[in-house]
Amino acid sequence: MSTSTENGTIEAPRQSFGGVQARSGATLNAPRIAIRNLDFFYGENRALKGIDFDIPDRQVTGMIGPSGCGKSTLLRVLNRMYSLYPGQRATGEVMLDGQNVIAPDADLNALRAKIGMVFQKPTPFPMTIYENIAFGVRLHEKMSKSQMDERVEWALSRAAIWDEVKDRLDSSALGLSGGQQQRLCIARTIAVRPEVILFDEPTSALDPISTLKIEELIDELKRDFTIVIVTHNMQQAARCADQVAFFYLGELIEVAPAAQMFTAPKHPKTQEYITGRFG
Amino acid sequence: MSITLSAGAVPGPRKDPEVALALGRRRKRADLIVRTLCVLATLVGLVFLASILATLFYRGFEAMSLRVFTHVTAPPGSEGGLLNAIVGSLIQAVLGTAIGTPIGMLVGTYLAEYARESRFGNMVRFVSDILLSAPSILVGLFVYQILVLPFGGFSGWAGVAALAIIVIPVVVRTTEDMLQLIPNTLREAVIGLGSPKWKMIVFVCWKSAMSGIITGILLAVARVAGETAPLLFTSLGNNTWSTDLSKPMSSLPVTIYSFAGSPFEDWIALAWAGALLITLSVLLLNILARSLLRARK
Repeated sequence: MSTSTENGTIEAPRQSFGGVQARSGATLNAPRIAIRNLDFFYGENRALKGIDFDIPDRQVTGMIGPSGCGKSTLLRVLNRMYSLYPGQRATGEVMLDGQNVIAPDADLNALRAKIGMVFQKPTPFPMTIYENIAFGVRLHEKMSKSQMDERVEWALSRAAIWDEVKDRLDSSALGLSGGQQQRLCIARTIAVRPEVILFDEPTSALDPISTLKIEELIDELKRDFTIVIVTHNMQQAARCADQVAFFYLGELIEVAPAAQMFTAPKHPKTQEYITGRFG
Repeated sequence: MSITLSAGAVPGPRKDPEVALALGRRRKRADLIVRTLCVLATLVGLVFLASILATLFYRGFEAMSLRVFTHVTAPPGSEGGLLNAIVGSLIQAVLGTAIGTPIGMLVGTYLAEYARESRFGNMVRFVSDILLSAPSILVGLFVYQILVLPFGGFSGWAGVAALAIIVIPVVVRTTEDMLQLIPNTLREAVIGLGSPKWKMIVFVCWKSAMSGIITGILLAVARVAGETAPLLFTSLGNNTWSTDLSKPMSSLPVTIYSFAGSPFEDWIALAWAGALLITLSVLLLNILARSLLRARK
């Protein structure tokens, strides 16, 4: 597999390591989320072991690693999604704006308004395109119809789907293509005005063109949002991320700026993984 | 491909072409026998079904006339119809469904959204499934004990209660099944926006499952429309025009039951007409339910 640099759609200078090219020269911003000594349990099974790292503000953090390494689990800790399921629990600290996200008394609805999530498969609600966006906004804000119209247009525009759906806002969101549905889901998440957006393999169910659009979108969104993306695709991590974290068997093996990660990984396991020798 | 193998071409044991052919013939013979038995069994079933339907349609349409819909039941020999039975059946089936449906939907929602793994949930699910397959005469006797005896007699309300009890487990089952079909990622997507659980259920889960739930409700109506046993002990039947639910109330199944067993030819003819009416409306409800389910896909 090759990166899509040859068609010129993705800019930024690159360096190469093991066939994977990453953006270079980026320095990391101040931390937005600080994860300290985080353990996670599915029942008795310890799925995350003493995770410690920072997620920089308004940049993209890519989480990579073989299946079952805990990267999706970590993502689901950040917005407390695991709290839906009895038997799943986390210990340690995940600090966001001076509050511990995993504290038992955290206000989950407020937290999830602050930390939005986009899933692997598009999950449009069985409503009109307009209502898909308005639903989330109404959960947290009261506003007039015209303000809502503005918010819907703003969110759809930011998600680069406005032009495709502006003439059919009242038709069902289920009629959109997979790529459009995924951008609608991104718009729905943005509309709530979160500070952090979590992406759980957002393009693994999409075709290459839609994937490219979503990646461009992520690149654009990081001006305003702190982004964490789980991906199986090394090229995607290289294209999108400013910081990359490599997980293996529930442990954080290495975390570094993307350029460094893909050019000079410190840990031999990281090197083996990103050059495709296992995983 | 040739079946003669040169030595060493394929490692491992070689197969004997004669044995393979014999096995093939045996397989074909067994297939023929099983297939013949299946087709015969299907034919036997179809013959009975066809003869029932043919008799029903023949006798039913013969007895059908406008009078059936405009006149109430009358003594043998006089001009009678089934109006009171039709209206009584409609009232009791609609009210029974209207009372049983919300209860069934809430129980089904509880099982699918709040009590998937819980012990209490499993118990409720088990009891509901037993109720689903319980003989309906038990429901009739139950309502007879708790409503008819203490409140001084048979009434339309008692019939409604009996039908509602039959509706509940049907709606519980379909509601739970339809909600179970919704992928958890959709639930997580709603919760991920910061939605409380009840809004997720009402605005997304119910909406996604709605056509399936409506199908279940239609099937429940079809089920109670043909119930005789629970009504015999509750609303009893009424040979005059009455829409008063505190009095005994007529219904098609009970009227068919009493007319078909009578020695009077005009009553027997009316029973056929009533049976045809029920069959057609159940058929219509089933077609509606199926087309709703198909529209969903």
